[in-house]
Amino acid sequence: MNIDWGAFASVVGVSLVATVGLVGLFTFGIVGLSKQQESARAGAYTAFAACAAAVAYGIYLIAG
Amino acid sequence: MEHLTLLIGVVIITALVFDFTNGFHDTANAMATTISTGALAPKAAVAMAAVLNLVGAFLSVQVAKTISGGIIDEKAGVKPEVIFAALIGAIVWNLVTWLAGLPSSSSHALFGGLIGATLVAVGSHGIHGNAIVMKILIPAVVSPLVAGVAAMLATRVTYRIGRDADPEATSKGYRAGQIASAALVSLAHGTSDAQKTMGVITLALVTGGMIAPHSDPPLWVILAAATAMGLGTYLGGWRIIRTMGKKLTDIRPPQGFAAQTAAATTILASSHLGFALSTTHVVSGAVTGTGFGRKGAVVRWGVVQRMALSWLITLPAAGLVAGGATLVALQGSWGVVLIGLLGLAVCAGAWLLSMRKPVDHTNVNDVEDIAGAAPEARPADAESFDAFTPDPAFTATIPAPQPQAPRKEAAL
Repeated sequence: MNIDWGAFASVVGVSLVATVGLVGLFTFGIVGLSKQQESARAGAYTAFAACAAAVAYGIYLIAG
Repeated sequence: MEHLTLLIGVVIITALVFDFTNGFHDTANAMATTISTGALAPKAAVAMAAVLNLVGAFLSVQVAKTISGGIIDEKAGVKPEVIFAALIGAIVWNLVTWLAGLPSSSSHALFGGLIGATLVAVGSHGIHGNAIVMKILIPAVVSPLVAGVAAMLATRVTYRIGRDADPEATSKGYRAGQIASAALVSLAHGTSDAQKTMGVITLALVTGGMIAPHSDPPLWVILAAATAMGLGTYLGGWRIIRTMGKKLTDIRPPQGFAAQTAAATTILASSHLGFALSTTHVVSGAVTGTGFGRKGAVVRWGVVQRMALSWLITLPAAGLVAGGATLVALQGSWGVVLIGLLGLAVCAGAWLLSMRKPVDHTNVNDVEDIAGAAPEARPADAESFDAFTPDPAFTATIPAPQPQAPRKEAAL
């Protein structure tokens, strides 16, 4: 029996990093929007754009 | 030839029935947290899931080409009767677990059915043991754990980053995040699960000699499978939504967002790297994990244990029913008719039993407070018939229509 542990390890790594990264980024965006400063809002929109790009990549993966 | 065509017609209809049960069984995967936190109204949530499942089904036919992911040897003499019996096994198990409100894996039910039916029909050489370990057993253990840990960490991160923010101001953002992440899970589900039905129908058409081996599914097969799954999803498996959204742990919007994002990334990462894993396992793991991520949240271990037990027995139970059904179906036309009638009887029985204590969009969120603050707050009629409130009538009524699978009830 040939078990591809490397592939499992990459699933584990990618899932953990991508989840924590995306949730962190999105929360950063939400918090930024709740503030009044111009710079915080700009940072928030950048964070949302990055999340949107990740979602687009996800849809690309689903279709691929 | 006429007989063959009729039989294949029956297999196709049975496959679509399975697809339909797959749809309502798995609505919870995408929408349970969205519904329980109130991010979307129940009806709106299932409608969105249905549309995205429908769209997802058209995105790819990659999985459908290798039906069952190489778990059974399709050249070992798998006949339409065997596929039919496999589907009956999967449908019966999906209905039993739905009635019990258990989020078990529809994919495991289908795999179990195919494995059981193939074992009985052609013996162990029809099964690829290596593929079972690699594609079913290891992912079944690893994926809920990975999604659970990811959800737990993400929950901590989101609460930490947002600790000074005004909850009023962030609630809109969390709501949007929940809807977006749930949408991604729905889309991925439609793509992966509808393809399994397409693959089964295509296999039936190939065994009947109606299309060439290794063909892509014909367009009408894609349309039919997508529609059956979409309709099933819209029906909403409210019992399972209640278990996942309310009973495992008490979910707040940031947790729902973290759990669905963990589920979406785990599903996409693994399917991109070639593992077909169960959406149900991943989402249940993520929901449980998020319960550990928030301070003060309670995870109900009893519910987690029953759920895990149902995961363990799903594959053998569906296999057992399918194996028994194969024995009868291979006796000839009367056997197929008998199994078909018994399958219908189980469907009708499950529906009648569910009507005794219906769970629908109006009462899906009505469960007692998880912290036990208001133990008597639940209205009497909202207490659902499920695995967590044992009902003697359940075990007494189900065995009757399935005489060829006595051990299934014992396992329950």
